[in-house]
Amino acid sequence: MSFISVFDVLGPNMVGPSSSHTAGAAVIAALAGKLIAPPIKKVDFTLYGSFAKTYRGHGTDRALLGGILGFGTDDLRIRDSFQIAKERGLEFTFTPDEEEQEVHPNTADIHMQNAAGQEMTVRGVSLGGGKVKITRINGVDVDFTGEYSALIVVHKDTPGVVAHITHVLSEHNVNIAFMRLFREAKGHTAYTIIESDGTLPHAIPEQLRKNLNIRDVMLVQP
Amino acid sequence: MDFKNGKELLERCAQEGCSISQVMLRRECVLGETSADEVKRRMMRVLEIMRESAVSPLKTPQRSMGGLIGGEAKRLSAHSAKKRDICGPVLQRAITYAMAVLEVNASMGLIVAAPTAGSSGVVPGLLLALQEQYHISDERLLDGLFNAGALGYLAMRNATVAGAVGGCQAEVGVAAAMAASAAVELMGGQPQQCLDAASTVLMNMLGLVCDPVGGLVEYPCQSRNAAGVANALVATELALSGVPQLIPFDEMLAAMYAVGRRLPAELRETALGGCAAAPSACERCRGCS
Repeated sequence: MSFISVFDVLGPNMVGPSSSHTAGAAVIAALAGKLIAPPIKKVDFTLYGSFAKTYRGHGTDRALLGGILGFGTDDLRIRDSFQIAKERGLEFTFTPDEEEQEVHPNTADIHMQNAAGQEMTVRGVSLGGGKVKITRINGVDVDFTGEYSALIVVHKDTPGVVAHITHVLSEHNVNIAFMRLFREAKGHTAYTIIESDGTLPHAIPEQLRKNLNIRDVMLVQP
Repeated sequence: MDFKNGKELLERCAQEGCSISQVMLRRECVLGETSADEVKRRMMRVLEIMRESAVSPLKTPQRSMGGLIGGEAKRLSAHSAKKRDICGPVLQRAITYAMAVLEVNASMGLIVAAPTAGSSGVVPGLLLALQEQYHISDERLLDGLFNAGALGYLAMRNATVAGAVGGCQAEVGVAAAMAASAAVELMGGQPQQCLDAASTVLMNMLGLVCDPVGGLVEYPCQSRNAAGVANALVATELALSGVPQLIPFDEMLAAMYAVGRRLPAELRETALGGCAAAPSACERCRGCS
Protein backbone atom coordinates (compact mmCIF):
# COMPACT_ATOMS: atom_id res chain seq x y z
CA MET A 1 0.00 0.00 0.00
CA SER A 2 1.60 3.23 -1.09
CA PHE A 3 -0.70 5.56 0.87
CA ILE A 4 -1.98 5.78 4.42
CA SER A 5 -5.45 4.27 4.21
CA VAL A 6 -8.29 5.14 6.57
CA PHE A 7 -8.00 1.48 7.61
CA ASP A 8 -4.38 2.04 8.62
CA VAL A 9 -5.73 4.66 11.03
CA LEU A 10 -8.83 2.75 12.16
CA GLY A 11 -7.16 -0.60 12.05
CA PRO A 12 -5.87 -3.19 12.02
CA ASN A 13 -8.80 -5.17 13.30
CA MET A 14 -6.88 -7.21 15.79
CA VAL A 15 -6.67 -9.44 18.79
CA GLY A 16 -5.13 -7.34 21.56
CA PRO A 17 -3.26 -6.09 23.39
CA SER A 18 -0.60 -4.48 21.20
CA SER A 19 -0.45 -3.62 17.51
CA SER A 20 3.34 -4.02 17.53
CA HIS A 21 3.72 -6.91 19.98
CA THR A 22 0.62 -8.94 19.06
CA ALA A 23 -0.76 -8.01 15.62
CA GLY A 24 2.69 -7.30 14.15
CA ALA A 25 4.02 -10.57 15.55
CA ALA A 26 1.21 -12.52 13.88
CA VAL A 27 1.90 -10.78 10.55
CA ILE A 28 5.64 -11.52 10.70
CA ALA A 29 5.07 -15.21 11.37
CA ALA A 30 2.36 -15.51 8.73
CA LEU A 31 4.76 -14.04 6.17
CA ALA A 32 7.57 -16.34 7.28
CA GLY A 33 5.26 -19.35 7.06
CA LYS A 34 4.50 -18.56 3.43
CA LEU A 35 8.19 -18.81 2.54
CA ILE A 36 8.51 -22.57 3.16
CA ALA A 37 6.54 -25.42 1.59
CA PRO A 38 3.83 -26.71 3.93
CA PRO A 39 3.28 -28.46 6.23
CA ILE A 40 5.58 -26.95 8.85
CA LYS A 41 6.42 -29.51 11.52
CA LYS A 42 8.63 -27.56 13.88
CA VAL A 43 9.19 -23.89 14.59
CA ASP A 44 11.65 -22.21 16.98
CA PHE A 45 11.23 -18.55 17.78
CA THR A 46 14.03 -16.38 19.14
CA LEU A 47 12.82 -13.08 20.55
CA TYR A 48 14.88 -9.91 20.88
CA GLY A 49 14.59 -6.52 22.56
CA SER A 50 11.16 -5.59 23.86
CA PHE A 51 9.75 -8.83 22.41
CA ALA A 52 12.12 -10.75 24.69
CA LYS A 53 11.17 -8.71 27.77
CA THR A 54 7.39 -8.54 27.49
CA TYR A 55 6.30 -11.32 25.15
CA ARG A 56 4.17 -13.21 27.64
CA GLY A 57 2.13 -10.21 28.80
CA HIS A 58 1.57 -9.14 25.20
CA GLY A 59 0.69 -12.59 23.90
CA THR A 60 3.54 -12.21 21.40
CA ASP A 61 4.24 -15.94 21.67
CA ARG A 62 0.64 -16.93 20.92
CA ALA A 63 0.48 -14.42 18.07
CA LEU A 64 3.71 -15.67 16.47
CA LEU A 65 2.54 -19.25 16.64
CA GLY A 66 -0.88 -18.18 15.36
CA GLY A 67 0.77 -16.54 12.38
CA ILE A 68 2.58 -19.78 11.52
CA LEU A 69 -0.80 -21.53 11.75
CA GLY A 70 -2.08 -19.03 9.18
CA PHE A 71 -4.25 -16.92 11.49
CA GLY A 72 -4.83 -13.26 10.61
CA THR A 73 -4.46 -10.44 13.16
CA ASP A 74 -8.22 -10.51 13.85
CA ASP A 75 -8.50 -14.28 14.30
CA LEU A 76 -9.50 -15.07 17.89
CA ARG A 77 -7.91 -18.51 17.55
CA ILE A 78 -4.62 -16.68 18.26
CA ARG A 79 -5.57 -16.95 21.93
CA ASP A 80 -5.57 -20.75 21.72
CA SER A 81 -2.70 -21.15 19.28
CA PHE A 82 -0.61 -23.30 21.66
CA GLN A 83 -3.40 -25.85 21.93
CA ILE A 84 -4.20 -25.73 18.21
CA ALA A 85 -0.52 -26.21 17.30
CA LYS A 86 -0.36 -29.28 19.53
CA GLU A 87 -3.48 -30.71 17.92
CA ARG A 88 -1.96 -30.17 14.48
CA GLY A 89 1.33 -31.81 15.45
CA LEU A 90 3.34 -28.61 15.18
CA GLU A 91 6.25 -28.50 17.63
CA PHE A 92 7.33 -25.09 18.90
CA THR A 93 9.78 -23.39 21.25
CA PHE A 94 10.37 -19.79 22.36
CA THR A 95 13.75 -18.44 23.40
CA PRO A 96 14.09 -14.85 24.64
CA ASP A 97 17.51 -13.33 23.91
CA GLU A 98 17.95 -10.21 26.02
CA GLU A 99 21.71 -9.97 25.36
CA GLU A 100 21.61 -9.11 21.66
CA GLN A 101 21.43 -5.32 21.32
CA GLU A 102 22.13 -4.83 17.61
CA VAL A 103 18.54 -5.37 16.49
CA HIS A 104 15.33 -3.34 16.23
CA PRO A 105 13.53 -3.57 19.63
CA ASN A 106 10.72 -5.72 18.25
CA THR A 107 12.49 -8.48 16.37
CA ALA A 108 11.93 -12.23 16.06
CA ASP A 109 13.95 -14.94 14.35
CA ILE A 110 11.75 -17.78 13.13
CA HIS A 111 13.42 -21.09 12.40
CA MET A 112 11.07 -23.45 10.56
CA GLN A 113 11.33 -27.07 9.49
CA ASN A 114 8.78 -28.68 7.17
CA ALA A 115 7.68 -32.27 6.64
CA ALA A 116 10.12 -32.64 3.74
CA GLY A 117 12.98 -31.80 6.08
CA GLN A 118 13.67 -28.36 4.58
CA GLU A 119 14.79 -25.71 7.05
CA MET A 120 14.60 -21.96 6.87
CA THR A 121 15.26 -19.05 9.21
CA VAL A 122 13.44 -15.76 8.72
CA ARG A 123 13.96 -12.57 10.69
CA GLY A 124 11.01 -10.21 11.02
CA VAL A 125 10.70 -6.78 12.60
CA SER A 126 7.47 -5.26 13.92
CA LEU A 127 7.45 -1.56 13.11
CA GLY A 128 4.28 -0.54 14.99
CA GLY A 129 0.61 -0.32 14.03
CA GLY A 130 0.74 -3.87 12.66
CA LYS A 131 3.30 -2.87 10.02
CA VAL A 132 6.23 -5.25 9.62
CA LYS A 133 9.18 -6.09 7.46
CA ILE A 134 11.20 -9.19 6.79
CA THR A 135 14.88 -8.31 7.14
CA ARG A 136 16.71 -11.61 6.81
CA ILE A 137 16.24 -14.99 5.15
CA ASN A 138 18.70 -17.78 5.93
CA GLY A 139 21.35 -15.31 7.05
CA VAL A 140 21.05 -13.02 4.01
CA ASP A 141 19.86 -9.47 4.69
CA VAL A 142 16.71 -8.70 2.69
CA ASP A 143 13.92 -6.14 2.92
CA PHE A 144 10.26 -6.57 2.07
CA THR A 145 6.94 -5.91 3.78
CA GLY A 146 4.38 -8.32 2.39
CA GLU A 147 2.05 -5.43 1.56
CA TYR A 148 2.67 -6.00 -2.12
CA SER A 149 2.68 -9.31 -3.96
CA ALA A 150 6.26 -10.48 -3.63
CA LEU A 151 8.35 -12.93 -5.60
CA ILE A 152 11.46 -14.11 -3.78
CA VAL A 153 13.97 -15.85 -6.02
CA VAL A 154 16.92 -17.67 -4.48
CA HIS A 155 19.68 -18.09 -7.03
CA LYS A 156 23.39 -18.29 -7.70
CA ASP A 157 24.99 -14.88 -7.99
CA THR A 158 25.89 -15.19 -11.64
CA PRO A 159 25.22 -13.24 -14.89
CA GLY A 160 21.95 -13.83 -16.74
CA VAL A 161 19.69 -14.78 -13.85
CA VAL A 162 18.08 -11.39 -13.40
CA ALA A 163 17.54 -11.14 -17.16
CA HIS A 164 15.77 -14.51 -17.05
CA ILE A 165 13.56 -13.32 -14.19
CA THR A 166 12.55 -10.06 -15.87
CA HIS A 167 11.96 -11.89 -19.15
CA VAL A 168 9.52 -14.32 -17.50
CA LEU A 169 7.77 -11.45 -15.70
CA SER A 170 7.41 -9.47 -18.91
CA GLU A 171 5.90 -12.52 -20.63
CA HIS A 172 3.22 -12.49 -17.94
CA ASN A 173 2.81 -8.74 -18.33
CA VAL A 174 3.75 -8.13 -14.68
CA ASN A 175 4.40 -4.53 -13.72
CA ILE A 176 7.28 -4.39 -11.24
CA ALA A 177 6.81 -1.94 -8.36
CA PHE A 178 10.17 -2.68 -6.68
CA MET A 179 13.03 -4.99 -7.53
CA ARG A 180 16.05 -5.56 -5.34
CA LEU A 181 18.95 -8.00 -5.25
CA PHE A 182 20.60 -9.12 -2.02
CA ARG A 183 23.55 -11.48 -1.79
CA GLU A 184 25.71 -13.28 0.76
CA ALA A 185 28.94 -12.69 -1.17
CA LYS A 186 30.03 -12.43 -4.79
CA GLY A 187 29.33 -15.68 -6.62
CA HIS A 188 27.38 -17.21 -3.72
CA THR A 189 23.66 -17.31 -2.99
CA ALA A 190 21.66 -14.24 -3.96
CA TYR A 191 18.06 -13.24 -3.33
CA THR A 192 16.15 -11.23 -5.88
CA ILE A 193 12.93 -9.80 -4.48
CA ILE A 194 10.32 -8.39 -6.80
CA GLU A 195 7.23 -6.61 -5.50
CA SER A 196 4.27 -5.95 -7.73
CA ASP A 197 0.97 -4.08 -7.37
CA GLY A 198 -1.28 -6.78 -8.75
CA THR A 199 -1.58 -10.49 -8.10
CA LEU A 200 1.31 -12.51 -9.50
CA PRO A 201 0.37 -15.50 -11.71
CA HIS A 202 1.05 -18.89 -10.11
CA ALA A 203 2.77 -20.17 -13.28
CA ILE A 204 5.73 -17.85 -12.69
CA PRO A 205 7.67 -19.91 -10.12
CA GLU A 206 7.67 -23.01 -12.32
CA GLN A 207 8.91 -21.10 -15.33
CA LEU A 208 11.63 -19.41 -13.33
CA ARG A 209 12.91 -22.73 -12.01
CA LYS A 210 13.81 -23.78 -15.58
CA ASN A 211 16.96 -21.74 -15.18
CA LEU A 212 19.43 -24.06 -13.44
CA ASN A 213 21.00 -21.22 -11.49
CA ILE A 214 17.68 -20.64 -9.72
CA ARG A 215 17.45 -22.73 -6.55
CA ASP A 216 14.11 -21.74 -5.12
CA VAL A 217 11.20 -19.44 -5.82
CA MET A 218 8.67 -18.23 -3.27
CA LEU A 219 5.49 -16.37 -4.02
CA VAL A 220 3.88 -14.31 -1.25
CA GLN A 221 0.50 -12.72 -2.03
CA PRO A 222 -1.10 -10.29 0.42
CA MET B 1 -6.36 14.16 -4.83
CA ASP B 2 -4.59 13.79 -1.53
CA PHE B 3 -4.44 16.43 1.16
CA LYS B 4 -1.18 16.78 3.08
CA ASN B 5 -2.26 18.80 6.10
CA GLY B 6 -5.22 20.33 7.87
CA LYS B 7 -5.07 23.50 5.79
CA GLU B 8 -5.40 21.57 2.55
CA LEU B 9 -8.16 19.45 4.06
CA LEU B 10 -10.16 22.60 4.87
CA GLU B 11 -9.52 23.95 1.37
CA ARG B 12 -10.85 20.73 -0.11
CA CYS B 13 -13.95 20.89 2.08
CA ALA B 14 -14.56 24.50 1.00
CA GLN B 15 -13.94 23.82 -2.71
CA GLU B 16 -16.18 20.78 -2.83
CA GLY B 17 -18.69 22.12 -0.35
CA CYS B 18 -18.55 18.95 1.70
CA SER B 19 -17.64 17.59 5.09
CA ILE B 20 -14.31 16.14 6.26
CA SER B 21 -15.83 12.66 6.25
CA GLN B 22 -16.84 13.00 2.60
CA VAL B 23 -13.39 14.19 1.58
CA MET B 24 -11.83 11.24 3.42
CA LEU B 25 -14.23 8.74 1.85
CA ARG B 26 -13.49 10.06 -1.65
CA ARG B 27 -9.77 9.99 -0.97
CA GLU B 28 -10.01 6.35 0.09
CA CYS B 29 -11.93 5.39 -3.05
CA VAL B 30 -9.46 7.11 -5.38
CA LEU B 31 -6.17 6.17 -3.74
CA GLY B 32 -7.36 2.69 -2.78
CA GLU B 33 -8.84 2.15 -6.26
CA THR B 34 -12.08 0.89 -4.79
CA SER B 35 -15.76 1.83 -4.49
CA ALA B 36 -17.57 3.82 -1.82
CA ASP B 37 -19.77 0.78 -1.14
CA GLU B 38 -16.76 -1.43 -0.51
CA VAL B 39 -15.08 1.14 1.74
CA LYS B 40 -18.30 1.63 3.73
CA ARG B 41 -18.76 -2.12 4.04
CA ARG B 42 -15.29 -2.41 5.55
CA MET B 43 -15.95 0.54 7.86
CA MET B 44 -19.20 -1.07 9.01
CA ARG B 45 -17.14 -4.07 10.10
CA VAL B 46 -14.87 -1.69 12.01
CA LEU B 47 -17.93 -0.26 13.74
CA GLU B 48 -19.25 -3.73 14.60
CA ILE B 49 -15.97 -4.72 16.26
CA MET B 50 -15.85 -1.40 18.11
CA ARG B 51 -19.37 -1.86 19.42
CA GLU B 52 -18.84 -5.45 20.52
CA SER B 53 -15.63 -4.55 22.35
CA ALA B 54 -17.33 -1.57 24.02
CA VAL B 55 -20.31 -3.48 25.40
CA SER B 56 -19.23 -7.06 26.09
CA PRO B 57 -17.21 -6.31 29.29
CA LEU B 58 -20.26 -4.66 30.84
CA LYS B 59 -21.79 -8.11 31.13
CA THR B 60 -18.72 -10.33 30.96
CA PRO B 61 -15.65 -8.76 32.56
CA GLN B 62 -12.30 -10.23 31.59
CA ARG B 63 -9.09 -10.30 33.58
CA SER B 64 -6.18 -8.86 31.60
CA MET B 65 -3.14 -10.89 30.52
CA GLY B 66 -0.91 -9.03 32.97
CA GLY B 67 -3.54 -9.08 35.72
CA LEU B 68 -3.50 -5.30 36.26
CA ILE B 69 -7.02 -4.58 35.02
CA GLY B 70 -10.43 -6.20 34.50
CA GLY B 71 -13.98 -5.40 35.54
CA GLU B 72 -13.73 -1.58 35.50
CA ALA B 73 -16.40 -1.06 32.83
CA LYS B 74 -18.87 -3.19 34.75
CA ARG B 75 -18.22 -1.15 37.89
CA LEU B 76 -18.84 2.08 36.02
CA SER B 77 -22.01 0.70 34.51
CA ALA B 78 -23.32 -0.49 37.90
CA HIS B 79 -22.47 2.88 39.45
CA SER B 80 -24.49 4.60 36.74
CA ALA B 81 -27.40 2.19 37.15
CA LYS B 82 -27.67 3.31 40.79
CA LYS B 83 -28.01 6.90 39.52
CA ARG B 84 -24.90 7.89 41.39
CA ASP B 85 -22.91 9.04 38.40
CA ILE B 86 -21.96 12.68 38.23
CA CYS B 87 -20.55 12.98 34.69
CA GLY B 88 -23.83 13.25 32.80
CA PRO B 89 -25.06 10.64 30.35
CA VAL B 90 -22.72 11.20 27.37
CA LEU B 91 -19.48 11.34 29.32
CA GLN B 92 -20.49 8.59 31.74
CA ARG B 93 -21.32 6.24 28.90
CA ALA B 94 -18.30 7.27 26.87
CA ILE B 95 -15.79 6.56 29.63
CA THR B 96 -17.49 3.26 30.39
CA TYR B 97 -17.16 2.15 26.77
CA ALA B 98 -13.61 3.45 26.47
CA MET B 99 -12.54 1.50 29.56
CA ALA B 100 -14.38 -1.55 28.25
CA VAL B 101 -12.50 -1.57 24.95
CA LEU B 102 -9.18 -1.44 26.77
CA GLU B 103 -10.30 -4.32 28.98
CA VAL B 104 -11.12 -6.39 25.88
CA ASN B 105 -7.79 -5.42 24.35
CA ALA B 106 -5.80 -6.35 27.44
CA SER B 107 -7.46 -9.77 27.62
CA MET B 108 -6.60 -10.63 24.00
CA GLY B 109 -10.07 -9.85 22.69
CA LEU B 110 -10.90 -8.41 19.29
CA ILE B 111 -10.54 -4.63 18.93
CA VAL B 112 -9.82 -2.03 16.27
CA ALA B 113 -6.59 -0.08 16.72
CA ALA B 114 -7.76 3.56 16.63
CA PRO B 115 -5.12 4.70 15.90
CA THR B 116 -3.30 2.23 18.19
CA ALA B 117 -4.37 -0.64 20.41
CA GLY B 118 -3.36 1.32 23.51
CA SER B 119 -5.67 4.18 22.52
CA SER B 120 -8.40 2.04 20.99
CA GLY B 121 -11.13 3.03 23.47
CA VAL B 122 -11.41 6.76 22.84
CA VAL B 123 -13.00 6.95 19.38
CA PRO B 124 -15.57 4.17 19.91
CA GLY B 125 -16.24 5.37 23.47
CA LEU B 126 -17.28 8.86 22.46
CA LEU B 127 -19.02 8.00 19.18
CA LEU B 128 -21.11 5.16 20.62
CA ALA B 129 -22.14 7.31 23.59
CA LEU B 130 -23.22 10.11 21.25
CA GLN B 131 -25.12 7.61 19.14
CA GLU B 132 -27.12 6.45 22.16
CA GLN B 133 -27.87 9.88 23.50
CA TYR B 134 -28.73 11.53 20.18
CA HIS B 135 -30.13 8.53 18.29
CA ILE B 136 -27.57 8.71 15.50
CA SER B 137 -27.89 6.04 12.80
CA ASP B 138 -25.05 3.60 12.05
CA GLU B 139 -24.76 5.08 8.57
CA ARG B 140 -24.22 8.51 10.08
CA LEU B 141 -21.79 7.14 12.65
CA LEU B 142 -19.63 5.91 9.76
CA ASP B 143 -19.24 9.58 8.78
CA GLY B 144 -17.80 10.13 12.23
CA LEU B 145 -15.31 7.32 11.66
CA PHE B 146 -14.20 8.70 8.30
CA ASN B 147 -13.80 12.12 9.88
CA ALA B 148 -11.73 10.60 12.72
CA GLY B 149 -9.73 8.71 10.11
CA ALA B 150 -8.84 11.93 8.33
CA LEU B 151 -7.40 13.46 11.48
CA GLY B 152 -5.56 10.28 12.37
CA TYR B 153 -4.11 10.09 8.89
CA LEU B 154 -2.72 13.62 9.24
CA ALA B 155 -1.15 12.68 12.59
CA MET B 156 0.43 9.56 11.10
CA ARG B 157 1.65 11.45 8.05
CA ASN B 158 2.97 14.60 9.69
CA ALA B 159 3.80 13.50 13.25
CA THR B 160 3.53 10.13 14.97
CA VAL B 161 0.96 7.96 16.72
CA ALA B 162 3.55 5.74 18.41
CA GLY B 163 3.96 6.04 22.17
CA ALA B 164 7.56 4.92 21.77
CA VAL B 165 8.22 7.98 19.60
CA GLY B 166 5.93 10.69 20.97
CA GLY B 167 4.55 9.51 24.31
CA CYS B 168 0.88 9.05 25.26
CA GLN B 169 0.00 12.47 23.80
CA ALA B 170 0.68 10.86 20.40
CA GLU B 171 -1.53 7.86 21.14
CA VAL B 172 -4.41 8.82 23.42
CA GLY B 173 -3.88 12.48 22.51
CA VAL B 174 -4.32 11.82 18.81
CA ALA B 175 -7.18 9.38 19.45
CA ALA B 176 -8.98 12.09 21.44
CA ALA B 177 -8.30 14.67 18.73
CA MET B 178 -9.83 12.25 16.21
CA ALA B 179 -12.84 11.65 18.45
CA ALA B 180 -13.38 15.38 19.03
CA SER B 181 -13.27 16.19 15.34
CA ALA B 182 -15.70 13.38 14.58
CA ALA B 183 -18.04 14.47 17.36
CA VAL B 184 -18.11 18.04 16.05
CA GLU B 185 -19.13 16.83 12.60
CA LEU B 186 -21.79 14.48 14.00
CA MET B 187 -23.24 17.31 16.09
CA GLY B 188 -23.49 19.61 13.09
CA GLY B 189 -20.26 21.61 13.32
CA GLN B 190 -18.27 22.88 10.35
CA PRO B 191 -14.91 21.49 9.15
CA GLN B 192 -13.03 24.42 10.70
CA GLN B 193 -14.64 23.64 14.05
CA CYS B 194 -13.60 19.99 13.70
CA LEU B 195 -9.95 20.97 13.32
CA ASP B 196 -10.26 23.52 16.12
CA ALA B 197 -11.57 20.84 18.46
CA ALA B 198 -8.76 18.46 17.46
CA SER B 199 -6.21 21.22 18.04
CA THR B 200 -7.67 21.97 21.46
CA VAL B 201 -7.36 18.33 22.47
CA LEU B 202 -3.71 18.16 21.46
CA MET B 203 -3.11 21.42 23.32
CA ASN B 204 -4.76 20.15 26.48
CA MET B 205 -2.99 16.79 26.42
CA LEU B 206 0.38 18.17 25.38
CA GLY B 207 3.29 16.47 27.09
CA LEU B 208 1.45 13.40 28.34
CA VAL B 209 4.02 10.64 28.77
CA CYS B 210 3.81 6.93 27.91
CA ASP B 211 4.66 4.98 31.07
CA PRO B 212 2.94 1.58 30.99
CA VAL B 213 3.31 -0.38 34.20
CA GLY B 214 5.26 -3.54 33.46
CA GLY B 215 5.50 -2.47 29.82
CA LEU B 216 1.97 -3.76 29.25
CA VAL B 217 -0.96 -2.06 27.54
CA GLU B 218 -3.06 -2.02 30.71
CA TYR B 219 -2.28 0.56 33.35
CA PRO B 220 -2.47 3.57 33.20
CA CYS B 221 -3.54 3.10 29.54
CA GLN B 222 -7.12 2.15 30.35
CA SER B 223 -7.72 5.14 32.61
CA ARG B 224 -5.97 7.43 30.13
CA ASN B 225 -8.48 6.36 27.47
CA ALA B 226 -11.27 7.58 29.74
CA ALA B 227 -9.35 10.83 30.25
CA GLY B 228 -8.96 11.11 26.49
CA VAL B 229 -12.71 10.87 26.04
CA ALA B 230 -13.25 13.62 28.60
CA ASN B 231 -10.74 15.86 26.84
CA ALA B 232 -12.41 15.17 23.51
CA LEU B 233 -15.80 16.08 24.91
CA VAL B 234 -14.51 19.32 26.43
CA ALA B 235 -12.92 20.35 23.14
CA THR B 236 -16.07 19.44 21.22
CA GLU B 237 -18.17 21.65 23.47
CA LEU B 238 -15.73 24.54 23.11
CA ALA B 239 -15.66 24.24 19.32
CA LEU B 240 -19.43 23.92 18.95
CA SER B 241 -19.88 26.97 21.19
CA GLY B 242 -17.74 28.96 18.78
CA VAL B 243 -14.84 29.45 21.19
CA PRO B 244 -11.95 30.32 18.87
CA GLN B 245 -8.80 28.22 18.85
CA LEU B 246 -5.75 30.39 18.43
CA ILE B 247 -3.41 27.68 17.20
CA PRO B 248 -4.33 25.88 13.94
CA PHE B 249 -4.33 22.08 13.99
CA ASP B 250 -1.23 21.77 11.79
CA GLU B 251 0.81 23.94 14.13
CA MET B 252 -0.50 22.13 17.19
CA LEU B 253 0.34 18.76 15.64
CA ALA B 254 3.87 19.99 14.93
CA ALA B 255 4.14 21.21 18.53
CA MET B 256 2.97 17.84 19.83
CA TYR B 257 5.52 16.05 17.68
CA ALA B 258 8.33 18.37 18.78
CA VAL B 259 7.44 17.87 22.44
CA GLY B 260 7.24 14.10 21.91
CA ARG B 261 10.67 13.86 20.43
CA ARG B 262 12.09 15.80 23.37
CA LEU B 263 10.61 13.44 25.94
CA PRO B 264 13.33 11.36 27.56
CA ALA B 265 13.40 7.70 26.54
CA GLU B 266 12.25 6.73 30.06
CA LEU B 267 8.89 8.33 29.31
CA ARG B 268 8.34 6.78 25.89
CA GLU B 269 6.93 3.30 26.41
CA THR B 270 10.07 1.83 27.95
CA ALA B 271 8.41 1.35 31.35
CA LEU B 272 11.37 3.02 33.07
CA GLY B 273 9.69 6.20 34.31
CA GLY B 274 6.43 7.84 35.33
CA CYS B 275 3.75 5.46 36.65
CA ALA B 276 5.88 2.47 35.67
CA ALA B 277 8.62 3.54 38.08
CA ALA B 278 6.31 4.21 41.05
CA PRO B 279 7.15 1.85 43.93
CA SER B 280 3.60 0.49 44.22
CA ALA B 281 3.49 -0.25 40.51
CA CYS B 282 6.81 -2.07 40.66
CA GLU B 283 5.65 -3.99 43.72
CA ARG B 284 2.44 -5.06 41.97
CA CYS B 285 4.37 -5.99 38.87
CA ARG B 286 6.50 -8.60 40.53
CA GLY B 287 3.50 -10.85 40.13
CA CYS B 288 3.03 -9.89 36.47
CA SER B 289 4.14 -12.17 33.70
